[in-house]
Amino acid sequence: MVDVTVTIRRRVEKPRHVNVDMTTKLGNLTAPDPVFTASGCAAAGQELAAYNDLTAIGGVVTKSIQLNPRAGRATPRMAETPSGMLNSIGLQGPGIEIFINRDLAWLADHNVNAVVSIAGGTVDEYAKLAGKLRGKPVSMIEVNISCPNVEDRGQVFACDKSAAASVVQAVKRAAPASVPIFAKLSPDVTDIVSIAKACMDAGATGLSLINTTLGMVIDTHTMRPLLAGITGGLSGPAIRPLALRCVWQVHQAMPEVPLFGIGGIRTGLDALEFILAGATAVQVGTVIFHDPGAPQRISRELSEALAERGMDAVEQAIGLAHRPPDVIVPELPDPPGDVLEDELYEDAVDEADVFAEDEWLEDQDV
Amino acid sequence: MSGIQVKGEVLNVKPVGEYFSMTVVAPGIAERSKPGQFVAVAVGGESGGMLLRRAFSIYSVRETGVYGGTVEFIFSVAGHGTAWLAAQRPYDPIDIVGPLGRPFALPREPANCVLVGGGYGAAPLFTLADSLRTRGCRIDAVLGASTGDRLFGALDAKRMAASVAFTTDDGSYGEKGRVSDVLPEVIERVRADVVYACGPMAMLEAVQRVASESYDGAGIPTQLSVEESMACGIGVCMTCVLPIIGNDGQTRMARSCVDGPVFGGDRIRWDALGTVPDDAVGAHQ
Ligand SMILES: Cc1cc2nc3c(=O)[nH]c(=O)nc-3n(C[C@H](O)[C@H](O)[C@H](O)COP(=O)(O)OP(=O)(O)OC[C@H]3O[C@@H](n4cnc5c(N)ncnc54)[C@H](O)[C@@H]3O)c2cc1C
Ligand SMILES: Cc1cc2nc3c(=O)[nH]c(=O)nc-3n(C[C@H](O)[C@H](O)[C@H](O)COP(=O)(O)O)c2cc1C
Ligand code: FES
Repeated sequence: MVDVTVTIRRRVEKPRHVNVDMTTKLGNLTAPDPVFTASGCAAAGQELAAYNDLTAIGGVVTKSIQLNPRAGRATPRMAETPSGMLNSIGLQGPGIEIFINRDLAWLADHNVNAVVSIAGGTVDEYAKLAGKLRGKPVSMIEVNISCPNVEDRGQVFACDKSAAASVVQAVKRAAPASVPIFAKLSPDVTDIVSIAKACMDAGATGLSLINTTLGMVIDTHTMRPLLAGITGGLSGPAIRPLALRCVWQVHQAMPEVPLFGIGGIRTGLDALEFILAGATAVQVGTVIFHDPGAPQRISRELSEALAERGMDAVEQAIGLAHRPPDVIVPELPDPPGDVLEDELYEDAVDEADVFAEDEWLEDQDV
Repeated sequence: MSGIQVKGEVLNVKPVGEYFSMTVVAPGIAERSKPGQFVAVAVGGESGGMLLRRAFSIYSVRETGVYGGTVEFIFSVAGHGTAWLAAQRPYDPIDIVGPLGRPFALPREPANCVLVGGGYGAAPLFTLADSLRTRGCRIDAVLGASTGDRLFGALDAKRMAASVAFTTDDGSYGEKGRVSDVLPEVIERVRADVVYACGPMAMLEAVQRVASESYDGAGIPTQLSVEESMACGIGVCMTCVLPIIGNDGQTRMARSCVDGPVFGGDRIRWDALGTVPDDAVGAHQ
């Protein structure tokens, strides 16, 4: 019988203050943190300020705004679905003038990065909206092109390369010169990479991936569609794998393009998945309805997750999942309580050249 | 004032007739809450598939106690979320946000107030009654439900009000009929100045009609707490809207979670519930 000595290696207490550089660059915007709120899930920030320090996150992407006030669709406007929800709000909003004077002013007064999401029914409307933002305290413009084009039988801009490109081009021309422009794409297309390329060729600074995907629910009591708008946008963890796949594909095709990863992010590890897939930053939406403090929580969890992996800047993680098989990076130390044979562990250390052992591991006698 | 988020703990869950009462240790919420406000409760656990919070009117609060501030709400099991709540046990963790929403407006001078509750809609009326009483108001109550089991707070009501009328759809308790059948008589008898109500939309509409036709059409004001389907409860999602007439006379799709859930009954566009009326600001763009 062989005498085996087993050593239990446990991670030492996680440091309370992790020192990870969370700044991230989105075109010429340097954001203090990679976590932003997603459009339509944070209104214009005011209501969330009670639950988050909005200056500590990347910024607030405001509800898509249009030229004129808009009442939106009839109710019911939402349905909960497995790990997600459907919404059919119909872009209710006060119109760009009130938005600038009330909401944008509030964000500026409170030193919150304002990413203004704009939406229109024609190319010209998008251009006018962008023009109105000249000279205003705007950190970035996000172009929500998941809107029906009234000049083309309601065909959604985001589903057509040339329509998407003409919107981006018009916004680029009209917008304040130094402000980054991100086009927000719909996943409801056969080839997201070709739409992404068209938007970049048209002058976008980066891309936001993804908007909701179309779904529906039928009420089995009334035996009719549950939403007044019949179909609605599906969001939440239910769409996370789909969103992640889009980020992966677009980053693979255009690794230099800054990307927002959006869709079903609920924890810091979810955010990390998107960053590893190639996102420069992330936006969190539906999770806010579950946990109004989610933006700051996710940012904290993300920085802890990065520290645990031996990274000292979020930038180091961007696109890392695409690395070739022979490129080795520090891996996560073994979970607490794992029982390892010494030799196996030594091998792993040699091969990966991970962090100093005493920083993470502590010998425990049994 | 906005709510706070508290990782609280269940103190107890117990059946009350057809309903359940849940008391949560949630320091900070009790101290801030005003009659008519609600809490939004996360259901299904941290990694569960139910993302949206469930809204419940605050039934009672206790600011201090052995356990710290507590909040109690009354709920009926309607679907998966409320079934999960009913299965919680003391010491289980529970994530609760509150107090949320616009509370009932109170009369400046002592007034005669009629409080009308439908089913679990009676829940927010008891803290309201306390506040009204400290302002020297007279309180009369009308409670209704489909059946006697679904009447909530009958005993409490008898204690707090000068008179209570009960109605049930099936006549199993009190008078057979609807609250709006007995309300006209109550208003005239007690010389009511204002009606407060919480319950299903159809009941609120009937209450509003009765109140506005009272005193030969002179009418009296109402404060009605509505129940719209909510996704966030804190004003960021725009799902909980209904058509409301503003101070400028214009109709807008207002959020019931922050602009309500309590509205003056004359502000609600009863003709257009569930729709966006043609004359609403920004309709048909
Ligand atoms: C301001 C307010 C106060 C309320 N107070 C009470 C109360 O004191 N006691 C009580 O029993 N119920 C109350 N409700 C209704 C309660 O929120 C719903 O019964 C509950 O959300 C149903 O959840 P579920 O998971 O069991 O049902 P499901 O049908 O599975 O819920 C699915 C989704 O729809 C939403 N939803 C479904 N029904 C309603 C509804 N009637 N109102 C709002 N959202 C709904 C849920 O939040 C959830 O997101 C109140 C609602 C509001 C808006
Ligand atoms: C209620 C609701 C409203 C939304 N409104 C907008 C909007 O106005 N403009 C937009 O570009 N995206 C809108 N979205 C989409 C989100 O910004 C986001 O792209 C999507 O929900 C996926 O992320 P999530 O799963 O984290 O919510 C909305 C989503 C929800 C749930
Ligand atoms: S429930 Fe989200 S705005 Fe009211």
